[in-house]
Amino acid sequence: MTVMGARITTRDVAHVARLARLRLTDEELEQYTGQLAAVLDHARDVELLDTAGVPPTAHPLPLRNVLRDDVVRPSLDRGEVLAAAPSVEAERFRVPRILGEAP
Amino acid sequence: MIAGSASAIAAAVRSGDRSAVEVLEEHLARVGRHEADIHAFNLVLEDQARAQAAAVDQAVAAGRDPGPLAGVPVALKDNLCTRGIPTTCSSRILEGWKPPYSATVVERLAGAGAVFVGKTNLDEFAMGSSTENSAFGPTANPHDLSRVPGGSSGGSAAAVAAGFAPLALGSDTGGSIRQPAALCGVVGAKPTYGLVSRYGLIAFASSLDQIGPFALDVADAALLLDVMAGPDPCDSTCLADPPPGARARLAGGVEGLRVGVVRELANAEGLAPEVQGRLDDAAASLSAAGAKVDEVSVPAAVYGLSAYYLIAPAEASSNLARYDGVRYGLRAGRAAGTGADPTDILAMYTDTRSAGFGAEVKRRIMLGTYALSAGYYDAYYGKAQQVRTLMVRDFDAAYRDFDVLLAPTAPGTAFELGAKTADPLTMYLNDVCTIPSNLVGHPAISVPFGTGADGLPLGVQVLAPALGETVMFQVAAVLEAAAPPTPASPMRGEAR
Repeated sequence: MTVMGARITTRDVAHVARLARLRLTDEELEQYTGQLAAVLDHARDVELLDTAGVPPTAHPLPLRNVLRDDVVRPSLDRGEVLAAAPSVEAERFRVPRILGEAP
Repeated sequence: MIAGSASAIAAAVRSGDRSAVEVLEEHLARVGRHEADIHAFNLVLEDQARAQAAAVDQAVAAGRDPGPLAGVPVALKDNLCTRGIPTTCSSRILEGWKPPYSATVVERLAGAGAVFVGKTNLDEFAMGSSTENSAFGPTANPHDLSRVPGGSSGGSAAAVAAGFAPLALGSDTGGSIRQPAALCGVVGAKPTYGLVSRYGLIAFASSLDQIGPFALDVADAALLLDVMAGPDPCDSTCLADPPPGARARLAGGVEGLRVGVVRELANAEGLAPEVQGRLDDAAASLSAAGAKVDEVSVPAAVYGLSAYYLIAPAEASSNLARYDGVRYGLRAGRAAGTGADPTDILAMYTDTRSAGFGAEVKRRIMLGTYALSAGYYDAYYGKAQQVRTLMVRDFDAAYRDFDVLLAPTAPGTAFELGAKTADPLTMYLNDVCTIPSNLVGHPAISVPFGTGADGLPLGVQVLAPALGETVMFQVAAVLEAAAPPTPASPMRGEAR
């Protein structure tokens, strides 16, 4: 699907904010939409470039699977890790209600 | 070797001429006098540093060699994990967090006798070019307190420029070591991707991030890089082959080397004319030293900025998904003082991330989420990855004819605090000459090269092919020797 010429709208920004679990005020929504539009306008040069047949580069190194021997090694100390958590119960991370009415 | 350099300190401490404690106290005294003006640090580690320095002195007294960084004060960017010591990324979302492990580079430096003076300020999660995006307030440029130090590793660059430490570590995703180095008049290098372990570096854009050195001179930067480089089982992207030494040919000169001035970067958008002037001077000085200097075209370099600001935010949006208030850091609610306790987990995620992240981080997360979202992926993220391939091809072609390339580091000298905060795109343009090296994974170093009309430092970049650190530092050393004088900051220049 091509989106050439399409400009990001407040509706798009509200959508990505929701996906990214960010809450924006109406004022922030307007401001971010303008700023993201400016960056995407600058990226128009890349959007318009003919790259047919050019393979993508996701990473600068031609690494494939990097394997190690499956041996038991010390890992992080459980007490130290849990001590950094905002809320803990019975050696587990405690979180607010997960099931229920979706917002 | 310049006075107060890391090499000079390590030599004196190893031989017993100076004590590590004495060296540290001298630096801490300077921190005490000037840190309130500069705000290079999120945290000064006085007690721990004193213990480390005392241990170095005990080793020397017992006839043991503490290592190549014996007693050298080092400042650490506050996105490098230090076990049991707060590591914030200059973000509210990690305020007060104490990592349960240390970064590999931190362990390597400690093992080489380094003394950690403090954790330095940065743009939140390393996203920025001025260190103004810190949740804990901006850092000032030691050369002029009304100016920015650059960013994102602005605290590290300022710490070295102010004489708080002769060495510092930074991270460079799109220029975050080299641009602040240029603006603060110090040396800063981004190594080849994979030369230095990223284990314990809090991720921004994983295919671009590299840890690298800040130093007062080229030899010190090479020394620090050689200490931290090398394979690490904790980072599978860290190269297994032994790296070539950065110090292998520091005195090798440039006779017969082929140096290409990158046309697209020498004429990049927004460059001050004086930056081009200094670049010409740098090219002329290499030519006078025996190098064969010519102009070279790297056509795809002009697309670097656009590609970067699609790829880096895309990776960031994924990396920063981990900050959800579950396992560490901020959880929004009454205890955190952010309002009522959220009633379900989705509200908790949203409240936490909305309260914990600053404006620039939110902007990049949304930009990245958009670039990766259904319907836009091919046009933005996919296209940017193809451009990355074109850039690799163009740089490879350039290195068939040239040993190293030359480019400006930043578009101008340090700008006024607040001058570019209103318009993100203007701020992003600071990275136009540094970004290409990150996208292709090649090394680059910024060397101070005189000043602009305002008397503030400027830098010139030497770029090299992957794992070309030896020749890159070799050329950088010649540039440094030929550079017009760059004044030391008033803090570092003052009598001890």
